[in-house]
Amino acid sequence: MKPKVAFYWCASCGGCEEAVVDLDEEILNVVNAVDIVFWPVALDFKRRDVEAMPDGSILASFINGAIRNSEQREMAETLRAKSQVVVAFGSCAQLGGIPGLANLFDAKEILQEVYGDGVRPQMVHRENGHSLSLPEFFDTVLALDRVIGVDYYLPGCPPTPKIIAGALHALLGADLPPKGAVLAPDHALCEQCPRKDTRPEKLVLKEFKRPHQMIADQQTCLLAQGLACLGPGTRAGCEALCPQGNMPCTGCFGPTSRVRDFGAKALSAIASVIDGNTEAEIARALDAVPDPAGTFYRYSLPSSLLGRRRMG
Amino acid sequence: MPEAFEPKIVAFFCNWCTYLAADLAGTSRIKYAPNARVVRVMCSGRVDPQFVMDAFAKGADGVLIGGCHPGDCHYQEGNYKALRRVELLKRLLRQMGVEEERFRLEWISAAEGERVKIVIDDMVEKLRALGPRVPARRQEVA
Amino acid sequence: MPGVALAREYKYMCSDPGQELIRQDIRDHGLDRIVVAACSPHLHEKTFRHAVAEAGLNPYYFHMVNLREHDSWVHADKPAAAAKAMDLIRAAVRRVRWHVPLERRQAPIHANALVVGGGIAGIDAALTLASAGKHVYLVEREPTIGGHMAQFDKTFPTLDCAACILTPKMTAVKSNPNITLWSYSEVRRVEGYVGNYDVEIRRKPRYIIEDLCVGCLECIQACVFKQAKVPDEFNLGLGKRKPVYIPFPQAVPQLVVIDPETCIEFKSGKCKKTCVEVCAERNAIDFKQKEKIENIRVGTIILATGFETFDPVRVPYYGYGLYPNVYTSLEVERLVNASGPTGGEIVLRDGRKPATVGIVHCVGSRDVNTNRYCSRVCCMYSLKLAHLIKEKTGAEVIEFYIDMRAPGKAFEEFYNRVAEEGVSFVRGKVADIYPAGNGDGRLILQAEDTLLGMVRKIPVDMVVLSVGLEPRPDANDVRRLFNIGCSGDGFFLERHPKLAPVSTFADGIFVAGCCQGPKDIPDTVAQSGAAAAQALALIDAGVIELEPNTAYVTEDACCGCKTCIPLCPYSAISFLEEKKARINEVLCKGCGTCVAACPSGSIRQNLFEDQQIFEEIGGILTYA
Repeated sequence: MKPKVAFYWCASCGGCEEAVVDLDEEILNVVNAVDIVFWPVALDFKRRDVEAMPDGSILASFINGAIRNSEQREMAETLRAKSQVVVAFGSCAQLGGIPGLANLFDAKEILQEVYGDGVRPQMVHRENGHSLSLPEFFDTVLALDRVIGVDYYLPGCPPTPKIIAGALHALLGADLPPKGAVLAPDHALCEQCPRKDTRPEKLVLKEFKRPHQMIADQQTCLLAQGLACLGPGTRAGCEALCPQGNMPCTGCFGPTSRVRDFGAKALSAIASVIDGNTEAEIARALDAVPDPAGTFYRYSLPSSLLGRRRMG
Repeated sequence: MPEAFEPKIVAFFCNWCTYLAADLAGTSRIKYAPNARVVRVMCSGRVDPQFVMDAFAKGADGVLIGGCHPGDCHYQEGNYKALRRVELLKRLLRQMGVEEERFRLEWISAAEGERVKIVIDDMVEKLRALGPRVPARRQEVA
Repeated sequence: MPGVALAREYKYMCSDPGQELIRQDIRDHGLDRIVVAACSPHLHEKTFRHAVAEAGLNPYYFHMVNLREHDSWVHADKPAAAAKAMDLIRAAVRRVRWHVPLERRQAPIHANALVVGGGIAGIDAALTLASAGKHVYLVEREPTIGGHMAQFDKTFPTLDCAACILTPKMTAVKSNPNITLWSYSEVRRVEGYVGNYDVEIRRKPRYIIEDLCVGCLECIQACVFKQAKVPDEFNLGLGKRKPVYIPFPQAVPQLVVIDPETCIEFKSGKCKKTCVEVCAERNAIDFKQKEKIENIRVGTIILATGFETFDPVRVPYYGYGLYPNVYTSLEVERLVNASGPTGGEIVLRDGRKPATVGIVHCVGSRDVNTNRYCSRVCCMYSLKLAHLIKEKTGAEVIEFYIDMRAPGKAFEEFYNRVAEEGVSFVRGKVADIYPAGNGDGRLILQAEDTLLGMVRKIPVDMVVLSVGLEPRPDANDVRRLFNIGCSGDGFFLERHPKLAPVSTFADGIFVAGCCQGPKDIPDTVAQSGAAAAQALALIDAGVIELEPNTAYVTEDACCGCKTCIPLCPYSAISFLEEKKARINEVLCKGCGTCVAACPSGSIRQNLFEDQQIFEEIGGILTYA
């Protein structure tokens, strides 16, 4: 019997699902090697099908997306019980991801922003003796490991085909990586960046620029051009896709194992290269970083040390 | 009657200026509020913003960084590095709902024992006025 | 507390029995981490590390908690102080678990020494080091060594002639083969660390070729200026000099200087250059001389940069600069000196001999508006000047003082002697000095006599302002150059006021004399001896053990982003061919700035590992 595998999405954009499809021919190998027992985006299985499975009967569940409502939490818990291995798939599951920026607000503020003073969704709807209820919308978006135990992390927004294939290979092979491992190299992205050698040894910057304010040179280190590229603090694995597309790294692969708070550390590195010794000089340099939380915690606010903006 | 709220401050003091200033306050028997706990670092430039985040995450009511005056750093310019990080970190903390009174960088030279008192007493007073702070982490549902 | 196997309370843990207790407990209980909660680590961290090492444990398995200076001495609320103590101890216990064994580094000590400042402090330190066979570079900013002491007439309380006791030491400096004397020179750059300081010295052009000038002074005679017209710095402008001059007859080195600001050749290029003519045989004058840069490596440095006297213009109601007969004490030193501008005659600017002289104490000292501190020497030198004025002129001398401070060997006796000689004393701070209304040229000193309880207005012919001692105006630049601190009053800061009075927080750099604080000649010489002994102890040890708190790159983890490289003020981080950063342990001074900046967490710091600091934070914030 082929090992059973499940895919599930929580608070995510769907890009991670696309990434699985992007495996190309490799996906045929996957399909040959495993039995996909649950994949709502592609295959018609129901929640009750999963609930009916014996505990531990699934080899591995790949869960993408963050946890931002009660249904997602329940599904995560169910899959955890049914699976030998749970993989947090992609930035949102690993770190909280882009949806995690909602942690700068709370549920009330978000609903107010979206619905204004108009009609609000009803939590329970009754019709002909039947009732339908909406899941609870949390104040705080959580990374997957805040609600269930996670065995492996697959970083990226989304994880690249190469990273996914590598992970599948590792999981199906004999030598499982140590529990808790992030299945990507444990050094920062500069290592893989073709522009690496163009960074001057002693780089200091009087000002930063935002990507829309300039047309960056195609070859030179983006940080050296004044763009707040987070490659120096971001885990490698994507092979510098964004810098190769002439855009600075925004940190979707998250930190290395030696860093606890991606944003705080990235902030430290960026601030350190500012060429200014007074508040005024520093403030001028920081004009192009109008949204530090969005810049440094773009993918990792829920997994940061603070986790969210303080409420109340 | 409920006990008066006493804030707790994590203070990162550089070995050569502010830590010595606190030593001097001691030998001079200057009395000040007992709310700060000093973590000694060699230089204010060693203070990783992660330490500040960690302190707030673990429930500190305030974080104070003490370094040598500009131009006086024992390591020439570590305090400027601290200043750059602090300026950016302040903006981030504002977004994270941490009031500005909770995070301070102060230059206190080894000769300024009295200033240790002034700064800590002032900070404690302001934190008392702000009231207790529930760390954001504990506000999560899950 | 988790992890604590044994807790002991002992009153004097730093004493021998206390240390033995630690050693015994390590042996008896197999302890593998030690935390001592006592005083500041700046005092006894070394002591306890040593004790731990003697018991066979790595000394860095130790951590110290500062419960005294940071807690019990500064908090009146005992329960709150106790809670703080618990937090601090918990932090240390959690931290020390993560300590790892470390080795101390050794750095060789270069045997040469640099002494900065050629006053009595620098001279004495240089001679002491040289007599021990060490090579000394003595750098002096002025054209001659001698400093303030060379300007004094007699010295209190023994009334030795200052020049008589100083000039032999000055010539000894010149003739000592172990001393390289660079006068008219300034230290411009200091790099390196204890044992290996690289120093750049700028030697200003004196427009005289030192090796050729024999100090005959004939050029001064021959100068086209027949009369000396330039205010003479050594005599504080009371005398005049020519553009080519020697500061004073016993100057060391015996070399003239040409002042380009006033020399006609420099100003117009059309001088007859009679000086060059008279020096034709030696040809020692060189108008084209340029400044010269010397680079030296020394193991230790003694700073003896001295003081500046308080400028009484800052106390306008004393009328200095406004009334010609108001003098500073230093000016009067020159007036009473036989080689001074008046040949030792005490005469006023109009040539009259004063019949009444008022001496005003504490000008620029013990005053919230100027300097709060006592300058320590003014009472005694005022008594000395009173004695000398009385002796030379027979004038009536009145001292206006706040408190008479005579706490030195034979000082009180000297005070009594001067009082017996008929000098009068008024206990009160002078509030105002103004001309007498009758136009006789006298000045009225107005003071509240606190013994009589009345305001007195006393007319005098001459006022002597006993000006205090201040840090040099560029003391801040100098201390930054040498990377040392300064105390609230602006004088250089010693490592410990009692137990390390000549050391600084920069290893291998010592202070002596008035740059550290006002003091008299005996104290200065004692301090310069102490500084020289400290320097010698370092040099003779040959090596120094350095704290192992250096940063290091985990090279496997480093991605080569170069963020760290510009951050290091010591250029200790280099970028390797294999595209990784590496920290040179010898150059690293352990600030940790690069550690905080490394975006991938690949730089770590011994003794200040991230984990250790996180544990401290956690210990502090664990609510019991």
